[in-house]
Amino acid sequence: MSAPVYEPYLRKPKTFYEQYERKSGDPTVTHYCPGCGHGELHKMIAEAIEDLEIADRTVFISPVGCSVFAYYYFDTGNVQAAHGRAPAVGTGVQRARPHSIVISYQGDGDLAAIGLNEILQAANRGEHMAVFFVNNAIYGMTGGQMAPTTLPGMHTTTSPGGRDPRKAGNPLRLCELISQLDAPVYVARGALSGPKHILRTRKLVRKALQAQVERRGFTFVEVLSACPTGWGMNPPDAHKWILEKMAEFFPLEVFVDKTDSEPEPFEIPEEPPAEKLHELLRISTAGQVTFSPSQPVEPKYANPRIKVAGFGGQGVLLLGLGLAQCGMMEGRKVSWLPSYGPEMRGGTAHCHVNVSDHEIGSPLISRPTVVVAMNQPSLEKFEPQLVEGGLLIVNTSMVPKEPSRSDLDVLKIPASDMAKELGNPRAANMIILGAYAAYTGMIGKETALASLNTLIKRKHLVDLNRKAIELGWEFGTKARG
Amino acid sequence: MAERQDRGRVEINLDECKGCQLCITVCPVNCLEVTTKLNKQGYLPVDYKGSGCTGCGLCYYACPEPGAITVFRLKKSA
Ligand SMILES: Cc1ncc(C[n+]2csc(CCOP(=O)(O)OP(=O)(O)O)c2C)c(N)n1
Ligand code: SF4
Ligand code: SF4
Ligand code: SF4
Repeated sequence: MSAPVYEPYLRKPKTFYEQYERKSGDPTVTHYCPGCGHGELHKMIAEAIEDLEIADRTVFISPVGCSVFAYYYFDTGNVQAAHGRAPAVGTGVQRARPHSIVISYQGDGDLAAIGLNEILQAANRGEHMAVFFVNNAIYGMTGGQMAPTTLPGMHTTTSPGGRDPRKAGNPLRLCELISQLDAPVYVARGALSGPKHILRTRKLVRKALQAQVERRGFTFVEVLSACPTGWGMNPPDAHKWILEKMAEFFPLEVFVDKTDSEPEPFEIPEEPPAEKLHELLRISTAGQVTFSPSQPVEPKYANPRIKVAGFGGQGVLLLGLGLAQCGMMEGRKVSWLPSYGPEMRGGTAHCHVNVSDHEIGSPLISRPTVVVAMNQPSLEKFEPQLVEGGLLIVNTSMVPKEPSRSDLDVLKIPASDMAKELGNPRAANMIILGAYAAYTGMIGKETALASLNTLIKRKHLVDLNRKAIELGWEFGTKARG
Repeated sequence: MAERQDRGRVEINLDECKGCQLCITVCPVNCLEVTTKLNKQGYLPVDYKGSGCTGCGLCYYACPEPGAITVFRLKKSA
């Protein structure tokens, strides 16, 4: 008689990392409280991802809330989104990588309060994503405040006398809201409570992900889920409360199911060709030429990360655009990111410009290699951010003080005074463009001049700006020595 | 051989268990129990009583901890 042989039937899904590498805490267990519904739903999602063999193309969007750290657990693509914005981020992921399976995982504070707009718009657009909505009737992470889904009469830290619908309205039923829209293909509510509903919820999860594999569109699965900590209950009681109280208000139904019909062919919409785009945006391409970089660039000036700063009205944003435009005309990768002060005019403004031979990861620049300070406050604010030995271009007409660091490569230019002499103080920005181009060799003179055709909308000003660039070029050449 | 073999068996990783007891509430044959020794996380973990499991898998789906429970099923002999 041989001993009975047992085979593993259900084990930790492979979609989870073996160890959860994180800053603190035991790497073998999740950070969730005992009995938390997040863990149960994570497991069902992970199991379905493994069974459908989609881990390699799944992008899991973690929300803000207790599940903010979902990316510690899921061995998929991961993005963590700002509060309530997971559907918007998911939309971006889906548009950029149309063949990915996007999961937007959200709590009820995240989805039904701060993110209500995002979820409704994404649902209405029928974005290809699976939304898993954890309804635990409370804000868990922040200590149990009232959520849009808190039941009438339920005590929370912000409804200590019980939720009063006369003041706080009735709980939002998200499935019911979303099923009013035309686009969603699957909308269902399950509950993580008791054998029957736990197994049913597992099926809803699988169906939603299967629909993503079949490219059907927007799926929404709400899950009534325990937050024993926030509710002040032990886990078994919390589970009972879900079916006894929550399910009464939130019926456990399938509201929309269009997954039986033949799926519509999944087409990635074509982008209009560049010429067509120019036409649509009314950009004239007449006379546009591509230039090759005219001179060898010293390594320290190559691939600059530039911050241009000054008063609104000094043309700092246009100078930034000019730098990016020239880089683009010379075949480089560029980005331009404006940052406005609260005032549109008269306040301070700055922009971030990357010009690079490589793909640019982020348009945001925190450690610039070049700073253009058009006025005194800009010098004070951005000089400290420059990398060691970085290039500081100072408009000395408006900056009386000396730079405070001694390690910098400083180009001082009285650009505003020079522009005044030319006849228009606002041309200071193009003088600096010319000076930067000549001083660093990053931009050819012909490129800089030709960029004006696109940069300057009012054609009668092109001539003035040409002169400004020439003047700056001369200055920069001399300074370069 | 007349002795009946259990159709299933569970293994609980005692250090990954958080003692929430949800597995106990769903087990139809009541073959799980709370132990008496705190684990390294400071919880009283649940363990298999040692017999009776049918391999239904309910405890697995009720358990929030990814790696706490593994369910085994009896291999059907040819
Ligand atoms: C913009 C912003 N506002 C507020 C917060 C604070 N905050 C963090 S989590 C949270 C609520 C999360 O609740 P829920 O979505 O229900 O998730 P749970 O923690 O219950 O899983 C809030 C308000 C924040 N992080 N960011
Ligand atoms: S506070 Fe609630 S939702 Fe957050 S981990 Fe704990 S039980 Fe889960
Ligand atoms: S598999 Fe089923 S019978 Fe076995 S311990 Fe789990 S719930 Fe009980
Ligand atoms: S459900 Fe999981 S974590 Fe909770 S007591 Fe059972 S084995 Fe432990």
